[in-house]
Amino acid sequence: MALIELSGIERAFHLGDSVVHALAGIDLVIKAGEYVSIVGASGSGKSTLLNVLGLLDRPAAGSYHLEDRDVTTLSANEQAAVRSRRIGFVFQSFHLVPRLTAAENIALPLLLAGIAPAEREARVGRALREFGLEQRARHRPDELSGGQRQRVAIARATIMQPALLLADEPTGNLDRATGEEVIRLLEALNAGGVTLILVTHDPALAAHAQRQLVMEDGRLKSDTDR
Amino acid sequence: MPAGEQVTPDPERMPVMSGADILRFARTAALGYPLRTALSVLAMAIGVAAVVVLTALGDGARRYVVGQFSALGSNLVIVLPGRSATGGFNPVNVVTSTPRDLTVEDAQALLAAPAVRQLAPLTVGTSEISFGGRLREVVLAGSTASLKDVRHYQLEPGSHFLPEGEAGRVAPVAVVGAKIRDEVFGTQPAIGQLIRLGDRRLRVIGILKASGQGMGMNTDELVVVPVALAQSLFNSNTLFRILVEARSRGQIEAAKAQVLDILKARHGGEEDVTVITQDAVLATFDRLLGALTAAVGGIAAISLLVAGILVMNVMLVAVAQRTGEIGLLKALGAREADIRQLFLAEAAMLSLFGAASGYLLGEAGAFALRSFFPVFPAYPPGWAVAAALITALATGLGFSLLPAQRAARLDPVQALMRH
Ligand SMILES: Nc1ncnc2c1ncn2[C@@H]1O[C@H](COP(=O)(O)OP(=O)(O)O)[C@@H](O)[C@H]1O
Ligand SMILES: [Mg+2]
Repeated sequence: MALIELSGIERAFHLGDSVVHALAGIDLVIKAGEYVSIVGASGSGKSTLLNVLGLLDRPAAGSYHLEDRDVTTLSANEQAAVRSRRIGFVFQSFHLVPRLTAAENIALPLLLAGIAPAEREARVGRALREFGLEQRARHRPDELSGGQRQRVAIARATIMQPALLLADEPTGNLDRATGEEVIRLLEALNAGGVTLILVTHDPALAAHAQRQLVMEDGRLKSDTDR
Repeated sequence: MPAGEQVTPDPERMPVMSGADILRFARTAALGYPLRTALSVLAMAIGVAAVVVLTALGDGARRYVVGQFSALGSNLVIVLPGRSATGGFNPVNVVTSTPRDLTVEDAQALLAAPAVRQLAPLTVGTSEISFGGRLREVVLAGSTASLKDVRHYQLEPGSHFLPEGEAGRVAPVAVVGAKIRDEVFGTQPAIGQLIRLGDRRLRVIGILKASGQGMGMNTDELVVVPVALAQSLFNSNTLFRILVEARSRGQIEAAKAQVLDILKARHGGEEDVTVITQDAVLATFDRLLGALTAAVGGIAAISLLVAGILVMNVMLVAVAQRTGEIGLLKALGAREADIRQLFLAEAAMLSLFGAASGYLLGEAGAFALRSFFPVFPAYPPGWAVAAALITALATGLGFSLLPAQRAARLDPVQALMRH
């Protein structure tokens, strides 16, 4: 079953007189549970593609079906609901709220979804255990290592049990060993059933994925499925 | 599939952030930037405190003046002999142009007016008091027992005022002011002593409590005797004033009209008296000082406006500082309304906390004023406190609409890039 169906997706940025076609006609089908890596030169449109997939950005043209529903026509509130329930983001720079503890950061999506405190606590507790963060629950981001920060971010991205996990260079700010540890964590989540789309510019990491996309100038240059 | 349910979420039926969570999140945001928060709270607090203290001052002045007038007696209607062309309060002019005297009988007749509760005739002159070889010139007031109630006189313990009824007009007794008592009797007990007043021998039956202050006659140097006795001492049967107390504040005008009618009838159809109401004078002062207080409060409220603008800027800085966070919240599923509420809640907290501490600060200031100037009742009026608090909250929230809206409208991709 197709989780994602993109056809003819376009996204252009206007900088003065010049136009940058960040996405120039993307057709792509991703099945539920797939593990897809995206590589490509800087500026090739990887992040823009991820933003469109995550409903953070609207394509100028083309259609996007997520779980068989045309999501480009949804209202802003409906899109927010889809982000809340179906999509998890992991960023290169972690994006943790500095004044909140690890546990509070993980609880944010639950808070925004209006989930009751008791259930919130139970789910955050479970996530902290699963991600080996129990000892760090009350620590703020600046008291955590890079690897721990990204684990908090991943716990937060998956706390709502999304169908789709979007990771934009999640190892970009980590050393090799920590980066591999984070990738193993994401792969374990994928093994658990989450569709994982991983943007990276490390070919070795990209090779982990069963399906590899290469982008160039806003187009899919290649699509290899092992 | 980890995500068991494939149902598409319906945003209208989705639960939203609870109020408690919004407040808690806003609190962490406010506490996360203590300097910024302290600054807005301080600005708000100063604004509210300024309104509270300044209106306390203004209203204190109003109360002081009103209190001074009330000490003269409440619902007072004063009858003067002679017609005053302007109707103004000019005793010299009035007394000298007396066409027909006011008499004790006139006063008696006024009791028939339905709007009159009680009244006291008053004749005033100077005389000499002597006791134990000491001589002193005094202001002598001739009146009746009612004078005490009409003028709200306070007596010292063991004192009596003039006796009721006919005896009150003629009995050879005197009530003396506190200063007279001190100067004439020294440390001896005054009550029961016989004094000489002009060619009369009178017994002191009461002492007027020292009032220290007061508009009109200073009771500390006054000697009050029965009206007929005073008239015979002055060798005249005219009255200086009739002090009439109306039944209520609302009856003052009726009392005035009835008094005029009765006296006109008694004086051969001629309107040869002037009736003034204390209320009219008082109302003028009350209005004037009330307006002053409102003006001062209004000027102070401008500082609240300034505080509101400061809160707006602080919130704009907050939005700029937390752009990445706003982008993140959107990525995590926050709707525009959620973001707006979070920032408005934060602004409301700053304003509320600022207003509350400003109120306490203002009350402390008013208390300090009252401690240093005890005669001055510097209490902030309720309307001013309410207006200050409401204005603080309204400006704080109103000026935060723009920053909150700006935060809610941020493009999530752009916001996430700024980190
Ligand atoms: N907000 C933007 N404004 C203008 N140009 C943009 C913006 N975002 C992306 N671009 C341009 O679009 C192209 C694709 O960017 P991006 O998707 O970030 O590439 P990648 O993530 O592959 O490095 C680049 O040329 C970039 O400069
Ligand atoms: Mg990128």
